[in-house]
Amino acid sequence: MEPSTQKLIHTFGALADLGQEIAGTGEFVEMVRTSLHLLLGTLALRRGAVAECVDAGSLRCVAVWGLGEDVLREWTITDAERQELIDAAAAEGLVRYSEKGFISRNLSGLSSAGIELVLPMIVRGEVTGLVLLGGKASGEEFSNADFETIKAMVRHIGVGIHTHRLLEEVAQRAEENRRLYEELRAIYRDTVRAFAAAIDIKDKYTQGHSERVGRYSEIIAREMGWSEEEVEGIQIAGYLHDIGKLIVDRDIINAPYHIDAKRSNDLNRHPVAGYEILSPINHPYADIPLMAKYHHERLDGRGYPDGLTDEQIPMGAKIVSLADSFDAMTTDRPYRRRRSFEDVVRDLRENSGKQFDGKVVAAFARAILKEVSGEVKKRPITKLLGKGYLEGENVATLLTDLIAELSSPREAVTPIKRLTLAGSE
Amino acid sequence: MDKPSPGLVRSHCVGTTAVVYASDYLNKLTGEKIERECRRQLACGCRALVIDFSDTQLVNSIGISILLGIIDVAEKNGARVVFSEVNNQTVELFEMLGLTRHVALAKDEREALLNLSNYEATQIVH
Repeated sequence: MEPSTQKLIHTFGALADLGQEIAGTGEFVEMVRTSLHLLLGTLALRRGAVAECVDAGSLRCVAVWGLGEDVLREWTITDAERQELIDAAAAEGLVRYSEKGFISRNLSGLSSAGIELVLPMIVRGEVTGLVLLGGKASGEEFSNADFETIKAMVRHIGVGIHTHRLLEEVAQRAEENRRLYEELRAIYRDTVRAFAAAIDIKDKYTQGHSERVGRYSEIIAREMGWSEEEVEGIQIAGYLHDIGKLIVDRDIINAPYHIDAKRSNDLNRHPVAGYEILSPINHPYADIPLMAKYHHERLDGRGYPDGLTDEQIPMGAKIVSLADSFDAMTTDRPYRRRRSFEDVVRDLRENSGKQFDGKVVAAFARAILKEVSGEVKKRPITKLLGKGYLEGENVATLLTDLIAELSSPREAVTPIKRLTLAGSE
Repeated sequence: MDKPSPGLVRSHCVGTTAVVYASDYLNKLTGEKIERECRRQLACGCRALVIDFSDTQLVNSIGISILLGIIDVAEKNGARVVFSEVNNQTVELFEMLGLTRHVALAKDEREALLNLSNYEATQIVH
């Protein structure tokens, strides 16, 4: 093969590799190091360095090859010297030794280190950095073709450095935005929790109810394999499910005994009222108003406000519904003490497929069992229920049996289209 | 003495000469492994390096730059470098780029070791 042909093939190969390296998404210093190797290897140059402008007044080496440890790796540069480099690059692409400016100030250090060429990298009229190159291993002088090859590769490296830095800046901004967004979400969550507390204050018998429903809903959704985004959403829905009670007369909410039909009708308006309050708000999570509206629906169609049946009820509303009922059963009321865990499990078993979705009940039972059996370290449900409630000998057996029963096929429940009071909050 | 080294570069020592085997494609990944091994051998007191290219089909620009770095380090350590069993295409490349001004080429590993031992003997005589 003719030497000139071989040289062309070798140079084209290096240019292709350089393009690939610069367009890649690799680590910055590694990209610069590889680019320097490609440049040195194209013409067999024995030493070189790539320095980048770290700020307005200094240059620092990112990659060095073949230079002794004693060679300076950081330089200062004045505005006038930067302009000199820009002018020199515009004129011929490289800077020859001159009697003034950056090169002359650093001449002794650079030339004694074997540096023969200094090439500024100019991108969009700004000095991105410098490429310093030693002589050829062949000992020959640089030809015009060599200069053109070097200048082309240096331009590539300059653009590569500029692009990487821009991408880093974009990534940094994106990270800042992400942090801001997280902060906003945290503020939103805290505001909703404060709001939930305000809702519960209206009902002196159920303080903390909305907070607990939010926590139970979150636990159930996570057990069902929902994404963290969805889990956060259902937690918010749990906090806000009773927001409609704000429009219900305090006397009805605080009635110490079962209320009459008229008062029941007023109380039963709260899911729709909640929907109307929540709908105009642009929530960061989907379907929160619907979960509030349908948290008293039942699988058998006997719930309210719309008497929906199984498939018509959003899964989120089914979860909030169970969390709501579970909290109602496991907390004291003015007219009764809270029910034993055995009694609660019996209720859940009897009402699975009628009031509650069996899959949701099974998921909740699994989450409780994990805490009871010590499978998980954190025990939020145990904490919410208070000391001793889940400590009975038969608790684990009750849960295991419930899960097993719900896992086996059951007969479908025939939906009944009739509005009635549900046995929950 | 055959000794597996970090990065799975095959090498062995004959007296104070280290023989390091290049892989089929001398690029950044393999080049850096060879460079590390050569530096390690020099730090252990080797006075000469034989880099064997019998398995090497292709050397790219990064490979050239790394080989120049090895030559540089060897020179600074007063060690000689010989390339053995280099294929014709790569020989042409080394000659074109001037690497052959800094290293000797040998037909194979045996010839490389012989050349180096003759060189050492000559050095002692003088």
